[in-house]
Amino acid sequence: MSVILIFLLAIVAVMLWWLWRQGLFSKPWLEVGVVGGMAAPAPSPSQVARIGLLVFLVVVGSLFALTVSAYLMRSALVDWRAPPLPGILFANTFALLVSSLALQTAKVGARRGDLDSVRTGLLAGGFTALVFLGGQLFAWRQLNAEGYYLASNPANAFFYLLTALHGVHVAGGLVGLGRVTRKMLRGAGVAELRLGVDLCATYWHVLLLIWLVLLGLLTGRIGEFVAICRQLLT
Amino acid sequence: MVDLTHGADGHAAPGHDEELELYHPTNWVTKYVFSQDAKVIAIQYGLTATAIGLVALVLSWLMRIQLAYPGLLAFIDADHYYQFITMHGMIMVVYLLTAIFLGGFGNYLIPLMLGARDMMFPYLNMLSYWIYLLAVLVLAAGFFVPGGPTGAGWTLYPPQAILANTPGQQWGIIIMLVSLMLFIIGFTMGGLNYVVTVLQGRTKGMTLMRMPLTIWGIFTATVMALLAFPALFVGALMMLFDRLLGTSFFMPSIVAMGEQLPTGGGSPILFQHLFWFFGHPEVYIVALPAFGIVSDLISTHARKNIFGYRMMVWAIVVIGALSFVVWAHHMYVSGMNPGFGFFFATTTLIIAVPTALKVYNWVLTLWRGDIHFTVPMLFALGFIVTFVNGGLTGLFLGNVVVDVPLSDTLFVVAHFHMVMGVAPILVIFGAIYHWYPKITGRMLDATLGKIHFWVTFLGAYAVFFPMHYLGLLGMPRRYFEMGETAFVPPSAHTLNEFMTIAALVVGAAQMLFLFNLAWSLRHGKEAGGNPWRATTLEWQTPETPPAHGNWGPELPVVYRWAYDYSVPGADRDFLPQNDPWPGEPAPAPDTAVAEGAR
Repeated sequence: MSVILIFLLAIVAVMLWWLWRQGLFSKPWLEVGVVGGMAAPAPSPSQVARIGLLVFLVVVGSLFALTVSAYLMRSALVDWRAPPLPGILFANTFALLVSSLALQTAKVGARRGDLDSVRTGLLAGGFTALVFLGGQLFAWRQLNAEGYYLASNPANAFFYLLTALHGVHVAGGLVGLGRVTRKMLRGAGVAELRLGVDLCATYWHVLLLIWLVLLGLLTGRIGEFVAICRQLLT
Repeated sequence: MVDLTHGADGHAAPGHDEELELYHPTNWVTKYVFSQDAKVIAIQYGLTATAIGLVALVLSWLMRIQLAYPGLLAFIDADHYYQFITMHGMIMVVYLLTAIFLGGFGNYLIPLMLGARDMMFPYLNMLSYWIYLLAVLVLAAGFFVPGGPTGAGWTLYPPQAILANTPGQQWGIIIMLVSLMLFIIGFTMGGLNYVVTVLQGRTKGMTLMRMPLTIWGIFTATVMALLAFPALFVGALMMLFDRLLGTSFFMPSIVAMGEQLPTGGGSPILFQHLFWFFGHPEVYIVALPAFGIVSDLISTHARKNIFGYRMMVWAIVVIGALSFVVWAHHMYVSGMNPGFGFFFATTTLIIAVPTALKVYNWVLTLWRGDIHFTVPMLFALGFIVTFVNGGLTGLFLGNVVVDVPLSDTLFVVAHFHMVMGVAPILVIFGAIYHWYPKITGRMLDATLGKIHFWVTFLGAYAVFFPMHYLGLLGMPRRYFEMGETAFVPPSAHTLNEFMTIAALVVGAAQMLFLFNLAWSLRHGKEAGGNPWRATTLEWQTPETPPAHGNWGPELPVVYRWAYDYSVPGADRDFLPQNDPWPGEPAPAPDTAVAEGAR
């Protein structure tokens, strides 16, 4: 459970820092008047949406940190037999990377008010994300064809579980992206699209990051890295 | 994005919130059924949770009758008994307590206490309720599927939960897991709302340290729930894979009836880790809102500011953080590495420090206060006593050497019922008596309320106090019937009968409460806007019950913290948070300046 604890430690640290800045040490009983300690925020819809997404991403992070914790606990046992990784996973990773970059382009374009790069970014981002999902399905089929079935052993089951959980999140993101794209195709201006594009880009970056961690885990690279760190410490 | 008009002090002027568009209901259905108004959603949550809670109440009656008079009700066999245990536990912990504190009180109080018009994402909020309702309906459907609901115990430990011969193995366990996953999805939607509303929805002048402790409790509990529920989600998903797709996440190699089952290689302990990583924070997800609400009840009804407000806030935050590193104290007898036990015993005992601090502060708030023995106050006092009681037995169980012999006895049952069953429910009752006048505009009948309190309070003690003794005798929990057992004296059976009669009486007293709720809706005394003369913002709304949008044309401006009771020199014994005393009343919107320390 060390992964989830490290994740939580980071969250707690950020929260404590934020609370401290919000005047956790102020003495509210002595302060009368409108300003007491830190000002209450003035909500704007875009900021509210951004913070909403951020909180949601923390929940998603917690979900994956827990799944990874479970993976590491189980994979530490001696009978762990990881399935060979289909090579297409690396191509998929590249597709997701391109997707993320495309949405970043769209985001930057939206900031500049450049509708063309928003259009290109959104369409390219959506397409490459679909390619990623298709590629993941192909990887499943390949493993299945080679006889590494879901129920054959826990390592296989974890492989399918992790990729499925991540895939579902990408698919959910595509719903949001689809809505923004539809709005764009119906002729919405850059100002109307800015928030949606921004949120999609953030979500995509985080999903890319999570995927890279999962990939590192599945290829065993993270395990090796942890082992090296442990040796250095001892 | 429209830029806000900022006042001289950097705040938005009141009333300048038109850019956050409020949703407006157009007909009866959007106003009362598919409503996006947090107040309506709160009532929907409350009623649904109460309805399913009554099912849990009846199940507890059936269990108690079986324990005291085995064989009296012929339809209760061992399988049914386990199904009743499981459903009673799961309903009470998740579908009643979590839902009513966060979905019910959270929805009602967060916008009102913070001076907001509504939650930040009203549509998501509505969706949250309907998914919760779906989860409850799916759960209840478990009673009607072939084989009945699961009888795996509320902890759903694998492998037994999904093995043949466990009641409800066929459909019940699937129903339970799906329902839990739905609940978590619905809760996440609501939880996002509560957190973001606290972060972004506070009105002018409402700093974090001016928030009532109720909001601190609900806020912290929601953050914890958002982080902890994914553990249950992952666990449930993996078990669902095991049950439906034949994987072996949690299923070791098993030989049953001389036959090797196809599963193998799974780790049952892994599920226990995931479950309790959710399960222990869950205790505090229920307890923290209760702590917060009780602080407000005590302060209001003792006409005294809360003692040590800052410490109370810090304690809530510290308890929230610590509760994530104590989970394995539920697993001392699971066969995990014994070295862990020492670590988790230590963290468990450390968490008692901020908790005890809160108890001291409640008592010191009461000290020399002007205590009014209103019904909410009685329930709040009942809570303190009960919580201390349950907390102390928690210190016993937190120690490995004491826990091992007591584990799996009724002592544990008595402990957790006291600390997270009876205690939070007393708070829920107190809170309903306290806020009912705001929700409906009428007071609940006080005489009925006092009868309800005394029967519930004394009755709950009559049920659970003797249970500690039975546990110390070594009477095991989860047993359908005791049979002839040498170490259990006949007097224990008499005690069991006494507890069952008490449980039946306590349950019946709740009907009195439900009657009071319904009767007072029409015949209760008119409450007026602020019957308890309380300081917090929800009592200062222009209308009671608060209208859609809560605040009329202008949002309130907050000038002080939530606990200015009996302030020397003031003409009333309470100063509402939006009262600028001793400054000018109602300053012009853009010129409000700090009054400085008094």
